[in-house]
Amino acid sequence: MGITVSKNQWMNVAMVAFAMCFIVFSSNYFDEYSVRILNNIAIFIILAVSYNLINGVTGQFSLEPNGFVAIGAYVTALLLVSPEAKQYQYAIVDPYPFVMTLHANFVVALLLSGIFAALLALALAAPVFRVRGDYLAIVTLGFGFIIKILAINNPEITNGSLGLNDIPEFSNLYWTGGIAIIAVIVILNIVNSKFGRAMKAVRDDEDAATAMGVNTFKAKTLAFCTSAFFEGVGGGLLAALLTSISPDLFDFFFTFQLLIIIVLGGLGSTTGAIIGTVLVIGGSEWMRFLDEPMHLFGYTTTAMPGMRMVVFSLILIFIMLFAREGIMGKRELKDFFTSRKKGEK
Amino acid sequence: MDVTIFMQQMVNGFSLGSMYALIAIGYTMVYGVLRLINFAHGDIMMVGGFLGYFGIAILELPFGAAVILAIVGSALLGMASDRIAYRPLRSAPKISLLITAIGVSFFLENAFNVFFGGVPRAFPVPAYLEVVVDFMGLTMPVSAILVPIITACLLAMILWVLYKTKYGMAIRALAFDVGTVNLMGIDANRIITLVFGMGSALAAVGGIFWAVNYPSVEPMMGVLVGLKAFAAAVVGGIGSVGGAVLGGLIIGFTEVVVIAFLPELGGYKDAFAFIFLILILLFKPTGILGIDFEKSRF
Repeated sequence: MGITVSKNQWMNVAMVAFAMCFIVFSSNYFDEYSVRILNNIAIFIILAVSYNLINGVTGQFSLEPNGFVAIGAYVTALLLVSPEAKQYQYAIVDPYPFVMTLHANFVVALLLSGIFAALLALALAAPVFRVRGDYLAIVTLGFGFIIKILAINNPEITNGSLGLNDIPEFSNLYWTGGIAIIAVIVILNIVNSKFGRAMKAVRDDEDAATAMGVNTFKAKTLAFCTSAFFEGVGGGLLAALLTSISPDLFDFFFTFQLLIIIVLGGLGSTTGAIIGTVLVIGGSEWMRFLDEPMHLFGYTTTAMPGMRMVVFSLILIFIMLFAREGIMGKRELKDFFTSRKKGEK
Repeated sequence: MDVTIFMQQMVNGFSLGSMYALIAIGYTMVYGVLRLINFAHGDIMMVGGFLGYFGIAILELPFGAAVILAIVGSALLGMASDRIAYRPLRSAPKISLLITAIGVSFFLENAFNVFFGGVPRAFPVPAYLEVVVDFMGLTMPVSAILVPIITACLLAMILWVLYKTKYGMAIRALAFDVGTVNLMGIDANRIITLVFGMGSALAAVGGIFWAVNYPSVEPMMGVLVGLKAFAAAVVGGIGSVGGAVLGGLIIGFTEVVVIAFLPELGGYKDAFAFIFLILILLFKPTGILGIDFEKSRF
């Protein structure tokens, strides 16, 4: 036992070191396009591993990331955009005075983004976890819509459907990659802790978990709030990467992308969430050709924007029907090295 | 407060609520037998609207025939979605079923978007539905009167099927206990297919109503309506057909009345359904007329 643990630790240290070297190397030598994609991948890793915590590890099917990401993005944007830039942006109505005075540095902005999202998650958890099962899905789906509606209808704060522009571009690979590493470490630590075991127990059999004295409400709420926190932080990073945000950015498609990532990687596996992110985000760049006119055997089809989405939804259905475990199942990378047994259940 | 304006808004609310109710019935029936939130239900309503549009605008059918085409087509689509996407997952964890339902929903939306374009198409409403009648000082198009009447007829039909026929008995038994139903020699899959067909047919009628009222169809029209209808089903009490109708009417009325009397909240009209949903989950999770599924099941 003692040997495997230290072997594990060495492996973890090695992997973190490798990831750091990769970040330093790629931000120095890769071209701008590749760095942009890597930034996207890093942010989506943060979102996917945290989404996986509530959906995969705890087994509570929720559809909220677009809402919490939007919150994080707006909080960060409001805190980062300089007062001068705010002055000319608010075209629909004058902003509230307090909006003009909001200002913070990047770290504080990201932390506040996460805390805001987590507090909202806490408020949502109370009604939703009172009932069991699928209500969470529909409430969180509705929550995403409400956030979007609020963003559009409160131009005094959010500048309505015009969104916020000129957000300073603070995000770079050191930030996105660094926070992705932190997120993965924190979430893996939660998964492997007492709380993580409670979460898995809730997923596998809630009645049995209750009977064994697990406080299922607490486990679910902890998972939900943690994932909301990281989704908020990820949203902040996204805002500082894109430099402009608008409510349309955060519609349900955003959540759908994350869903397909964690399903492809294997619901419940953090390693799987990372692999899924690389495949889906990289793959959707690669599949851009589907949206463009195609030349097949001398014929040219018309451009079909949205074809990628059709393909993605078919992939999702296909995985569910024929390969429900996804790539990793519930296993983690370490399970392949440390034991011959077929991963923990 | 002007009584005429008030009555006018009541009529509008009744009409809108009836549409939500029609769609909510499909949600509640599928939830009753499968415990599945069929995310694709709103999109089947969209397909119904589109089929009606194709029937009139492309096949040049009379309105009635186009409606029948829409109903039959949507019912077949609903049954096919069950056969292809949901049936293989009957014994799988429920989360798989939900994810598949989202996949089906996203597929329908995007396939229609790619092949027919995202721009709303004007729905050719027959002239006799647009005639405005004057009744005791209230003015309304014929369609606004027909919607609640047809909804009431369809509701009566559904209730008749559920409570007076053998199939209805099987559906209710299925909602109660799937395992035992199979032991009794009833083919549960056939009954579930029937439920999907009935629900989808009602959704198609709802889709046609929608297309007539806002005379246009577009691939995303089912998303928000579907969500609100589900909220309506939960508010009324999921698993109960009467509850679905009640929930639909409550949400329809609220939307219309709040916008009429508090216009400054107009931008939030799409949020009411969810606020209702959260309130009902907080104070009476089984809904107004609901059965306690959690207890009956475990």
